[in-house]
Parts: sequence; structure tokens; C-alpha cells
Amino acid sequence: MATQRISGSEAVIKSLLEEGVDTIFGYPGGAIMPIYDALYDYDQQVTHYLTRHEQGAIHAAEGYAKVTGKVGVCFATSGPGATNLITGLADAQIDSIPIVCITGQVASPLLGTDAFQESDVVGITMPVTKWNYQITHAEEIPDAIAKAFHIALTGRPGPVLLDIAKDAQFAQFDFEYKKCTKIRSYLPEYPVDPFQVKAAADIINEAKKPIVLFGHGVIIAHAEDELKEFIEKTGIPAAWTLLGLSALPTDHPLNVGMLGMHGNYGPNIKTNEADVVISIGMRFDDRVTGKVAAYARQAKIVHLEIDPAEINKIIKADAPVLGNAKKSLRMLIDNVNPNSHKEWLDEFKACDKIEYEKVISGDIHPKKVGLTMGEVVRIASEKTNHDAVLVTDVGQQQMIASRYFQFTQSRSNVTSGGLGTMGYALPAAMGAKIGQPNRVVFAMAGDGGFQMTIQELGTIAQYNLDIKIIVLNNNFLGMVRQWQQLFFEKRYSFTEMKNPDFVGIAKAYGLASQKVTSRDQLENAVQEMLDHQGPYVLEVVVEKEDNVFPMVPTGASISDIILES
Amino acid sequence: MKQEYIITVFSEDHIGLLSRITIIFTRRKINIDSLTVSESAIPGIFKFTIVISDTADRVQKVVGQLEKVVDVIKVYANTNDEMIYQEIALYKVSTEFLFESDKIEKIVRNSGARILEITRDYVVIEKTGHSRETQQLFDELNPYGVTQFNRSGRVAITRSTIEKLSEFLKERDAMLEQMD
Repeated sequence: MATQRISGSEAVIKSLLEEGVDTIFGYPGGAIMPIYDALYDYDQQVTHYLTRHEQGAIHAAEGYAKVTGKVGVCFATSGPGATNLITGLADAQIDSIPIVCITGQVASPLLGTDAFQESDVVGITMPVTKWNYQITHAEEIPDAIAKAFHIALTGRPGPVLLDIAKDAQFAQFDFEYKKCTKIRSYLPEYPVDPFQVKAAADIINEAKKPIVLFGHGVIIAHAEDELKEFIEKTGIPAAWTLLGLSALPTDHPLNVGMLGMHGNYGPNIKTNEADVVISIGMRFDDRVTGKVAAYARQAKIVHLEIDPAEINKIIKADAPVLGNAKKSLRMLIDNVNPNSHKEWLDEFKACDKIEYEKVISGDIHPKKVGLTMGEVVRIASEKTNHDAVLVTDVGQQQMIASRYFQFTQSRSNVTSGGLGTMGYALPAAMGAKIGQPNRVVFAMAGDGGFQMTIQELGTIAQYNLDIKIIVLNNNFLGMVRQWQQLFFEKRYSFTEMKNPDFVGIAKAYGLASQKVTSRDQLENAVQEMLDHQGPYVLEVVVEKEDNVFPMVPTGASISDIILES
Repeated sequence: MKQEYIITVFSEDHIGLLSRITIIFTRRKINIDSLTVSESAIPGIFKFTIVISDTADRVQKVVGQLEKVVDVIKVYANTNDEMIYQEIALYKVSTEFLFESDKIEKIVRNSGARILEITRDYVVIEKTGHSRETQQLFDELNPYGVTQFNRSGRVAITRSTIEKLSEFLKERDAMLEQMD
């Protein structure tokens, strides 16, 4: 490629174009103004979305990355602009989301002088990025951006931050771009070892009561087909983590439901009865395992995992298989015998029956007067033929939606898993809608989480992002209240909320909206929302003190999952 | 059971890497007893020698986290008996005591230390050894007034007959080639 003499700022934009970027979320400010000025000339190639807060920009980038599998890109200025990204970086780090953030920084002679809007962004973001780097010379820009994209997307993905000093943005240099494919100190994934695969297959072939636990790694590796082929060949029931949701269609006969604290009854108690546990692209989070000392002690553990640090971190693996899940599953499929475990699968069905009677029926087809979150989720799912993208916030509605929303295709569930970031749904849904413009995108939030990033309604209105926003309003921080009820003697310490008129707020932003308070309005209201062209805010007033069950109380074994209080 | 480990981190030479490495320890509330950074025998590759006390299990997990750092090439954890290691200590005492009796001279001679510099006012003594030994010399000298004392971080070299890092770099290159 011939070199061109351009500014550092223009080099940033050109480098992003080289990486195939066509969407940026961001917020300008003093130290990133040269980059925004360069961006002005590229509006045909790149669409920039101005959010209302930098946290909104990075969550939007996360939502975009999750539904597309591409790197989410976001811009922010120095100082407070950059520090506002921290929550999103921490979220992307713990949930392995590929993000590249570009922050402006004060001019390099001012570094360390407490200059206006100077903060040590590289220092602050170090624990919450996969890699970060400060650029003080324009010449460094192309290589740093190439490296950033390589690191963000490969191996176990994660957020990367580049902090670019203002003088480097202004400086002219000879631009040349070369993609990064190799870094000596960084091996994205180990080649799958056939001996490890053989050892795992031997255990699986002998298993009488095996269970598959799959997570986000399956989606990240694009291994949905391999997962399906593997369980269908072996007849092994498969349960999912919160972030594995949607990798396997809900109605697949071997899909036995969600693991963990508010997961399904069957997969939780059966994990402690299985003779072999095959975990694929999941990391045994404490919300999945409950009390580790009482977790799957009877089972042999097969662990397919890309990150060597995850193997034996929480649960010791009898047969670890290191590498990319798509490749390791492919090799495993060739080494396992066709099988079926009908009686074992029937045991899950028996559990489902118990759970349906005790919990699910009352959640999704309630007989009581007050509306439940479960019925709202059921109707939203049904009315979109179980084929929408669901973006949830954090708390009760997140658990209820994950339990009852149904999926037919992968990359359809967007939620903050590891960090549990309230305020995530609204901005993440913007990125999801931009990434999947032809699909229905629901943003589901409680009254608490909705208000944490409510200003993004402004972004949604400005770009007319057709998001169907459902606010499940119980005038409480519901999950905390539930814990207070169950474990703190109903001492409702600072969990009740006096809320504004959400419909009035939506209308003030120019958004269509309505409020539903009774069951007879609900179906029509959801239908009206779906029929409406453009964004819509549906507030549903739900029962004030409903709880999410089943539940594995903190510190308890998954065998001690409770179905009612 | 907790015991002392020498963690050797081989890395690229990048600004900020020291922070990235140390926060992995501080996040888990592991105290770094000693830290030495220098270039390794391979040009461009830096070597951090970190001494901590912890259980084998926790040390293995920390090694796993350290190896995830993008600019880190390879990490080894060794027990003390697997390595040859030394620390250097400098002691400053008043010249007056050196001339008053032969006690200081005897201490220096017996401990295998050496005198680096003598001026009218002070003497600087150097001792190389394990921290137990440099501490012992401090304790012996201190009754005569050690006005300054400084002990370096640990430097360590494996007893292994193969150079593990060189072997590792060859394997890594092969793996990266294979990925194309």
C-alpha cells in the first residue's frame, strides 16, 4: 500500500475503516476533538451515534458486539469521558465482549501535570481491559489499532482501550496500514490436543448419566452447530448458563434449561446426580455452582475451555480440553459413540413437571389479580414467534426473562452476566438494534435499572431506533427486596422507589408510550407496541412483592434449590 | 500450606507492564516480598523475579492470570530449592567504630562480606547472600550503629539443565505459524 501523509486523527478513522468498522458509539469532548473533526469527512463510510453518556456508548458497543460477533467501537474524551467508560469496560472484561475504546488524552507535554480533564486512563483501566496502550506519537496509531482489534476479537475476547494524546492526533505522518495477525507474547488459543479429546471421549462414552453445561464460549466460537451435533449424537441433556442462552433453541428436545441460582430445577439437582459433567465454554461462576464444596463431587468433569486460566480455577477437571470450542467439539464429535439417555432425560422431564406446577404456571399464567413479570415475558415472546432479540437489565426481570423468553436463533440474548450492571438494557439494546436492524429488539428493564441510563431515550429518539422497551415496574429494587424478605427479615432498607411518570417521560422525548396496569390490557398493549413503527415504551405495573423462584440461596448447594419460600 | 515461591515473569519491554503484573497480586491480597526487574539473557525480553509466600494452588492460579497478560510471554513458579538465588545488601556504619576495635572487621571477615568504601566518616559494607544471611549481618553490625541499610530484590536462576524459555519460544513460534 502506498503511504499518504495525513494527521493522526485521520489515521485513526482510516485504520478503523481498514478493520471494517462502520459503526461507532461515542461522545465528543476537548481532548478527542481532532478525531471527531476527522470523522466529519467520513460520514458516508461510518455512522457515529451520539449517546447521552459515555456509559451508554460503551454498553451500546457491547450490545452491538454481542448480536453481530464483531468488535464494538466507542469514542470518549479524556478525564470524565474516559472514567465514564469504566463500568462498561469491567462489564465487557468479565463477559468477554470484544470492544475497542478510543479515548482522547491531553497533549503529551501536559501528561502528569494535572492538566484540565487529565486522568491516568491507562492506569485506571488496566484491571478492566484485556490490553490498553497510550499513544503519544501519530506514527504509533496504525499498529496500535491493528493490535487492538486483533487482541479484542481473538482468543477469549475482551475490551481494549487506546488513549491518544491530543498532539499525536494533530501530528502529520506517513500513514500505512497493516493488519495484525501475530503477537509473540500472545497465543489466542491453543491447538486442540487429540490426546485430551480422546481422554474426554473415553469418559463420555462410558457415561450413564451425563449432562452438558454450555456457556458463552459456544456463542463466541460460533460453535452452535457443533454443540447441537454433539448432543444429538450422544443424546446428552444440555443446560445453559445465563450467557449461553440462545445458543441452542429453547424447544430443542435436549435443552433442559438454565443453570444456577434462578435456573431450572432439573439441571441444578441433576448436576449433582450426573456421573459425567461436560462443561463447554463456561467458567463455573459462583451463581452457577452454588457451594463449590458440594458441587458435582460425584461426577467426572470434562471441561472444554479456551482460557487455560479457567481450567481448574473453580472446579477441577478430570479431562480438560484446551482450545476453541468449535474445533474441540468437532474433534470430540468424531470420537464419541452415538448414544441416547432416554431414562435419564425423563428424569429431567419429571423435574420440569414439578417446577411447572410449583413455579412456572403461576408465573406465566397467573390466576391472581396483579400482573406478573412472567406473563409479560411470555406474551412478548409469543407475539414475536420466539424470534426476537432480548436485551435485559439486571435483577428480577433479568432472571424471569431468561427463564421464560424463548429463542430460535443464537446471539439473541443480550444481558450483563458477570458484572450484573444495572442500567445495561437500554443502551445495550441500541447497539443490538443497530447490529440487527431487521429483527425485533426488546429492551426489558425494571424501574430501578431503567432510571440508571434513562437519558438514552434521547439517543433512541434522535436516531429513531426501533426498540420495544418494556419497563416492569414494581416500584422496588425487586431483587434486593426479595433478598431482604428472605434473608433480612423483611427489613426493606432503601429499596422502595417513588417513580416518575414513565409515559410522560417517554412522551417528552417524543416516543410512543403507554402504561398497563391490568391483565385485560396487556396483550393488546404488547401488540400495539409491536405494530408501532419506531421506538416504544411500554410500562407494565407488576405485583409489588413477587419473588423469583426457584432459588439456590447463597452459600447453599445446588441440590438445596428451593421452589417456594 | 504456604511456602515461599519465586515467580519468574518473562515479558516484552513495555511501559505500564509492571503495574499490570502487580495488580494481579494486589487484587488477591498477596504481598510481594521482593521484586527485581532486569533484561534477560535474550535481548528485548525482560524478566521479573517476584517472591511471594502462598499455597501451591493459589500460586498456580496467579501464574495462570499472569500468563493472560498480553505482553507477558511466559511465567514460571519455582520453589526456592529449584533455584539458585541471591540478594545483595549494603550497610553503612560509622568509621569511628571500625577503628575503635577489631570487632567490625571480624564480623565482615567471618560473614564473607566486603568493604566497598571507607571515608573519614563512614564505611560501606557489601554482602551477597540469602536474606537470612544479610539479615544476620545486619543484626551483628547494628549494635555498632548501622545508619543505612538496603537489601535488593532477589535475583534467581534455575538449576534446570535445559533453558526452558528458549525452548518455549521455539514452540510458541511454531504454534503461531500453525495458526495461519
